Amino acid sequence: MTEPAIVTEDIARQFGDYWAVAGVDLEIAAGEIYGFLGPNGAGKSTLVRMLCTLLRPTRGRGVVAGFDVARDPEKVRLRIGVALQDAALDDRQTGRELLDLQGRLYGLRRDERSVRVEQVLRLVDIGTAIDRLIKTYSGGMKRRLDLAAALIHDPDILFLDEPTTGLDPESRAAVWDEVRSLNEQHGTTIFLTTQYLEEADELADRVGIISRGRLVAEGTPDELKRTVGTDVIVARVESLTDTTLRSLQAVPGVDEVVATRNEVMVHADNGGAVMSPVALALHQAGTTVVSLTLRTPTLDDVFLQLTGTHLQGEVTSDAEGQSAEHTGDAGHAEHEDHSRHAEFAARPPQGDGPGSGPVPHADAQAGMAETS
Amino acid sequence: MISTGAAPTTALEVQARPAGFVVDVASVARRAIRQIPREPEAVIPALIVPIFFYVLNIGALSDITHTAAKFSFKSFELPVAVVFAVTGVSRASALVTDIQNGYFDRLMITPVRRLPLLLGLMTADLTLVMALAVPVIVVGLALGVRFHGGVLGIVVFVILSGIWGLVFTGLPYAIALKTGNPGAVNASFILFFPITFLSTTFVPKPYLQGWLASVANYNPMTYILQGLRSLIVGGGGVPGSEPTWNAAFLGQALLAIAAFGAISLSLALLALRGRVRRP
Repeated sequence: MTEPAIVTEDIARQFGDYWAVAGVDLEIAAGEIYGFLGPNGAGKSTLVRMLCTLLRPTRGRGVVAGFDVARDPEKVRLRIGVALQDAALDDRQTGRELLDLQGRLYGLRRDERSVRVEQVLRLVDIGTAIDRLIKTYSGGMKRRLDLAAALIHDPDILFLDEPTTGLDPESRAAVWDEVRSLNEQHGTTIFLTTQYLEEADELADRVGIISRGRLVAEGTPDELKRTVGTDVIVARVESLTDTTLRSLQAVPGVDEVVATRNEVMVHADNGGAVMSPVALALHQAGTTVVSLTLRTPTLDDVFLQLTGTHLQGEVTSDAEGQSAEHTGDAGHAEHEDHSRHAEFAARPPQGDGPGSGPVPHADAQAGMAETS
Repeated sequence: MISTGAAPTTALEVQARPAGFVVDVASVARRAIRQIPREPEAVIPALIVPIFFYVLNIGALSDITHTAAKFSFKSFELPVAVVFAVTGVSRASALVTDIQNGYFDRLMITPVRRLPLLLGLMTADLTLVMALAVPVIVVGLALGVRFHGGVLGIVVFVILSGIWGLVFTGLPYAIALKTGNPGAVNASFILFFPITFLSTTFVPKPYLQGWLASVANYNPMTYILQGLRSLIVGGGGVPGSEPTWNAAFLGQALLAIAAFGAISLSLALLALRGRVRRP
């Protein structure tokens, strides 16, 4: 299979006045694990629901397994497996009954069903609970059964919408193993949404970062991390002034300074060498330092640099569009209310130039996307 | 598709395909039927209530009805008890649960055709309501009710009640699919009262008076009860009529069911179309 597994061209979805997905272009190769990373309300689930034929795109196009999701939904459905965000299972069936029904709906014969059920159960370890009613399952077991149900018909492409949200670390690791082995042993293309950086970093061949309905960056986890420099010095401080930021910016060897409420991230190629000058600059600016650490960049740094907000640690509701509520208040990232957000999101991606401030806002997306 | 062959998950390559209309209906029905014994709380009242009222009514009213010759109140009331048992029993609440918890979306992502998502549930309902009619009839037989048409009469009786129960489910399904709201589905039970009571529920038609007589004339239930009664006592339950098969009464009952079904099932299909159309 040489044609891409998933292609979208300016795919967008509007709810009322609000663009949940505001024009996204993707091209995902067959056999790839693609991680779609973004906070709650960024548009991840809306995009997945369009690609798996539950929602109609308002504009643009989505092609999955070679078929247009709007024109040929039946053909798309035969080729995809989907595990939606909340494991959608029926409590009053046993796990085995649910898998068997799923197999019947995909037209599998009795012999095929019995073999496939055993096969997916080998991949997704549920044990003897498979013959118990689903209402007795733990959250982790439900997720694994959901994954098994998505796999029963041996799909070419698997959509996993936040497959590990709400799982304990052990169950999360188990799901990761299952996803990896599925991809490695079977070549299944996996489109995975997540709000966990480790998850995207751990699993995905390529990561797309979505913020407010738009793809703001795309690349391998390493490529994305390289865009924010080699090392990061994180200074937690009691208070922050523009003077402090300016003096940090002036330290030789410092590439970029990104500030949030009580934290400054100093990006530098050689973090070890600028550690002392940075400490000195903070001291001279009269800033009280709570802690000072040196580390390599994470996807969170990428996210922060692109959107001016941390990916995690945000207190967000399920409401779409609330993701930017807790942007930093150091004078760099401005708070955007819902209506401004909608207006912003409605502009075409080409219209946004690269950002210029120390905190590149979402406006940086055009430049960032080109680097990958 | 890359396949290593050695991995356990690649031992069988299967090809998903549309299962076909009949298989789709059967698959959905199978799941729905399997759920029924798992929620006895939904079925037991549907059985106890009609039997309770049947025994109560004939106990309370039999004596004052014995004045008419050849009139057996327990025979006259058995169809009412069966109608009570089969009317309003549906998988509509379960459907709302599916819609709310996202399982309906999971089904929608599969290649299943959309109409079987409803027809499968209705198939399960038909099976259940016919099964509910049987114990009520057994109680009637135990109390001495006799069908002049014998076993064939009983079979026709069960089928006629069953398809009535089936067409009535159109209303709760329409509400379930339209609203996705469990409260609204429960409220659909209110429709049961005017349909079942503004009719010859307790009194033969010639004895109905005033506005009730007028309303009963237009209520399909009047003709359904008449048809069902004609299988027991003949003559549609009118005192003194002879116990014989009455094609006219059975035909009217079928027509009444068809007329009601044309409306209720259209509403359900419209609601289904709205629900499965991609928003």
